[in-house]
Amino acid sequence: MMAPRRVVITGLGVATPIGIGAESYWEALLARRCGVGPVRSFNADGLPCRIAAELPEFSLNDAIPKSYRKAAKVMSRDTQIAVVCAYHAVKDAGLVTACLIGRGESPGPPNVDAARFGANIGAGLVCADLAELAGALNTAVDDAGRFSHRLWGSAGMENLTPLWLLKFLPNMLACHVTIVHDAQANSNTITCGEASSHLAIGEAYRTIARGSADLCICGGAESKVNPMALTRPLLLGKLNTESNPDPSRACRPFSEDAAGTVAAEGGGLIVLEALEHAHRRGARIYGEIVGFGAASNAHSWSRPDPTGRPVELAVRAAMKEASVRPDDVDLVVPFGAGIPAYDASELAGWNAVLGDSARKPWAVCVKGSLGNNGAGSGAIDLATGVLALHHRTVPPSLNAASPPGFRFASSDPADARLNVLVSVTYALAGSQVAALVVRRIQE
Amino acid sequence: MSRRVVITGLGWVTPLGHEIETVWKRLLRGESGVSRNELFDAAAYPTTFAAQVKGFRLADFLGPAAEAHAGASRNTQFALAAAHIAWKDAGFVRTPPADPARIGIYLGGGEGPIDFDAFAEAAIAGCREDDGRAIPLDTIRWAHRALQRLNAVNELEQDPNLAASHLAVHFNVQGPSLNTLTACAASTQAIGEAMHMIRHGDADAVISGGTHSMIHPLGVTGFNRLTALSTHNEDPPRASRPFDRNRDGFVLGEGAGMIVLEELEHARSRGAKIYAEIVGFGSTADAFRITDIHEEGRGAIAAMRMALETAGLTIDDIDYISAHGTGTQENDKIETLAIRRLFGARAPRVPISSVKSMLGHLIAAAGVVELITCILAIRDGVVPPTINYETPDPFCELDYVPNAARPHPVRTAMSNSFGFGGQNDAVIVRRFDS
Repeated sequence: MMAPRRVVITGLGVATPIGIGAESYWEALLARRCGVGPVRSFNADGLPCRIAAELPEFSLNDAIPKSYRKAAKVMSRDTQIAVVCAYHAVKDAGLVTACLIGRGESPGPPNVDAARFGANIGAGLVCADLAELAGALNTAVDDAGRFSHRLWGSAGMENLTPLWLLKFLPNMLACHVTIVHDAQANSNTITCGEASSHLAIGEAYRTIARGSADLCICGGAESKVNPMALTRPLLLGKLNTESNPDPSRACRPFSEDAAGTVAAEGGGLIVLEALEHAHRRGARIYGEIVGFGAASNAHSWSRPDPTGRPVELAVRAAMKEASVRPDDVDLVVPFGAGIPAYDASELAGWNAVLGDSARKPWAVCVKGSLGNNGAGSGAIDLATGVLALHHRTVPPSLNAASPPGFRFASSDPADARLNVLVSVTYALAGSQVAALVVRRIQE
Repeated sequence: MSRRVVITGLGWVTPLGHEIETVWKRLLRGESGVSRNELFDAAAYPTTFAAQVKGFRLADFLGPAAEAHAGASRNTQFALAAAHIAWKDAGFVRTPPADPARIGIYLGGGEGPIDFDAFAEAAIAGCREDDGRAIPLDTIRWAHRALQRLNAVNELEQDPNLAASHLAVHFNVQGPSLNTLTACAASTQAIGEAMHMIRHGDADAVISGGTHSMIHPLGVTGFNRLTALSTHNEDPPRASRPFDRNRDGFVLGEGAGMIVLEELEHARSRGAKIYAEIVGFGSTADAFRITDIHEEGRGAIAAMRMALETAGLTIDDIDYISAHGTGTQENDKIETLAIRRLFGARAPRVPISSVKSMLGHLIAAAGVVELITCILAIRDGVVPPTINYETPDPFCELDYVPNAARPHPVRTAMSNSFGFGGQNDAVIVRRFDS
């Protein structure tokens, strides 16, 4: 068997409520900006939670060739976010893809072989546009004011555009991204809630390591700021409903007074690449993925395991593969939902692994600034950690309280020699957990 | 030599029944599971029929343990039942795996259906004034009714990873757990990725497969609006006609299929029965258009080729192909073209069938159910028919095993699945040979 190839990170593309693109995101993070505020995209006055972390305005047209504008009409918000992330990731990696050539940003030819370029993108439960669907359903109401299948089947459904369904298939994120950038190799869509992007990145790492592709664009994106997506965690008691007047303090990971998470939108896609491929084209290398581990919560599909065992198993597996001992860990990137039972479970897992470490690693958790967007959260977390390694700076973690095991940079960014990071994410609904280990490469 | 991966358990819940052997016999007899839609009032919809799972009760499979999953979606319940059959078949009900952290799950599970009545009621309430006058959606009015009518458990169970999550709890699986949702290719994708997961050493055994039910108002609406469904309402059992010239779309089915994939030495050490070996997997993107398949079958050819390469096999090794064969004009034509291009002169000599002609299209669960038929074809030396094949299509001139099962020795079989948006997957299974 061929020795597994080494896999490195060469591009970061993020869309976050405090900045789009890795550079502007990093600056906003250092400036302690918070992206949580009153919901802007629809009138949320009827809901007990009226705050969210929404993206700043962006132009999709800046991320696609002109020839693709028509297809943009069938993109959900989730897909748009993924497409924007992909553009930034590819640019950041110095790749010349069909998109950049089509946009006239590069004369070409592409510096990536489409047949060796894959995509592995995490997605959530993509929500229908409620205004569109509700408006259509309202055309099929009988005299008693009730929905009628007969009226709907015979005429009402025609109020939905023919391509309606295609907008909401989760694999549309990957499909649009692969079309826009011409990535024809291995393609997958992981739908495991907040664990999606780590699982997708881990799988892409394996795909490149075994030689099936040379590059992969991977991560995830989701928007949880629409009436249906916001109502779902609300009914499940996961959102903070007490901080409407004080949004910037709403999500408080690992805090004693944590009162729930904040719904968000966002995404992160990273370019993973075989080391020799990156060297050949002289690419900047952020770090090397050296470990991936996953586990599942066999305790419950709707509640965290209080013992933290699933987190422990995933982190242990990733660290074992990376040959990293607890003392080697410089930076911890926890998920930190800001929901007490989940935070406690996660901490129990981390402590089980790092508990006997003599040193207290740095940590960064961005949920206080960005909220939780679901499938894209993990990729943003990982990108944050990778940027910290790259800049050798621990950015502040808004509203996060340092637990006994590790320390957040609470106010000012801290300078630190950071070489190894461990990041974990888990599904808030469901049982999936995944962890990644990244090591800085000396250049 | 990398770790070899074998199949040690099979289970399914299908429109033709829930037992491996009885469903297999019915498929070989060419029976159809398609009938009038009885899951909701679809009489006025463009399509009034579907391939439904009938007479299903989770307690028949799990006994009293089914109670814990009472709130689970139809998808998840199918998944639990099919996984139970496969798990038992693999011998894991009697003797559970020694190390649960070395067992994984990789499903292609669909999203759970929304509670349509409650959803529609809230939607309508949001679009009407008190006097009944229609208005653009008022989210305050909507929220008022939605918070009353929508149910937390049902909302939770819609997440596509929930079937895998219920499985983790029921079977005490503590290793890696994933769910992919690459539309109609999902369970083939799941099985292929699970093979790599075991080969790499991330797990020693994986429950893999898929589950889906889209026979609900919004599912049928979505496919009807795409004009992807057959509207052959006058004779539902004859509606699904893959590769026939007069095909007019696919028939929506539902169900689940699960297999236990296991590392060879792990299976041997516990004396497990081995059905077949999984040897190849290919996954590609058309990267062409959201609405159309690449005209030349570029992605499909690349996926089949990648599957052959991973298996270290050539086209001459393939004895049988289980086609994606949906019964839409476009799919069947381009799949045929892709097979022709890749297999060249050998193409007409490889029997190809589409069991979607009998089971309908199980969407995310289609691939695994079809792969199970490949495994049974290897075991029994017989290939299932493509029923309702009457009028040859000049664009589809291969051997589709028309209307009657056929004795045919199969050592190696390929199963294709293609998804909306240009997702292509192919898996290869082979008779186990130590």
